[in-house]
Amino acid sequence: MNSYLLDAFKARFPEDTLETSSFRGDETVVIRKEALKAAALFLRDELGFDFLMDLTAVDYLPRQPRFELVCHFYSSKHNYRLRLKCPVTAEDPSAASLTPVWAGANWFEREVWDMFGIRFEGHPDLRRLLMYDGFEGHPLRKDYPLKKRQPRIAHRD
Amino acid sequence: MGLETLFGHSYLTTRLDEAVNWARKYSFFQYPFVTACCGMEFMSTWASTYDIARFGAEYPRFSPRQADVLFVVGTVNEKLAPVLKRVYDQMCEPKWVVSFGVCATSGGFYDNYATVQGIDKIIPVDIYIPGCPPRPEAVLDALVKLQEKVSRESVLDRKYR
Repeated sequence: MNSYLLDAFKARFPEDTLETSSFRGDETVVIRKEALKAAALFLRDELGFDFLMDLTAVDYLPRQPRFELVCHFYSSKHNYRLRLKCPVTAEDPSAASLTPVWAGANWFEREVWDMFGIRFEGHPDLRRLLMYDGFEGHPLRKDYPLKKRQPRIAHRD
Repeated sequence: MGLETLFGHSYLTTRLDEAVNWARKYSFFQYPFVTACCGMEFMSTWASTYDIARFGAEYPRFSPRQADVLFVVGTVNEKLAPVLKRVYDQMCEPKWVVSFGVCATSGGFYDNYATVQGIDKIIPVDIYIPGCPPRPEAVLDALVKLQEKVSRESVLDRKYR
């Protein structure tokens, strides 16, 4: 299996790469969140990735670390993909914003903030994207009460 | 019936309610509040195969001030609820509301943080159409039921609820 990308990654970030895996060509790198921005720059400027396809998060409660950011990159030049994951703890739910590197990360990060409450340091405009002003909490967190409702206007009877 | 015999065929007598309701129920101007996939079935009901114009209800008004029937077609979430309420409030009496599909009726399978569990939590509803999405036949059935409901009303009713 072609592991050129994973090797390049490990060579560049020997300390920060926590884990790499490849399943049927699906290549995944887990890195420390401190290296997230540097890794994104490395992918863009040196490995030829030109498209941030997705940036989202997963809540693995009660696992520690609780959250995981997941970024999918694609290179239209070379037609290869890479999944970049980084663990984020519940105590410090924050990560560096990728918006200065990939403008498309802007709304992805706002959505992750809205749904999971992970802050992105350096984001130009970190507001909720989907939920409304006055909504409390982050609904895709596993400890958000399933039946909790926060109506904006009073309901009838 | 007595007057017709006096004046020949120049006159027709009826009750005011009958005349007004007859006019109302065959000339619904609808406001389509379409938010989701049910809209496809709604359009299908509108189009030539099912032809909602047969029932006099084909005329969409995109201003609620000119509409008689509010068709809420699809999921309504909490973020949208104030908008729906405002659209309803802007409609002039007499006005009716049809809840189209299970999402508008009860939230459907969207039993979650974002979705209103039925638009009757926000506004009063006259007719509910079940289905996910409802067949066009079900929509026409609802329309006929709404016409029946309108024909039972009185112009003297203080609207409503």
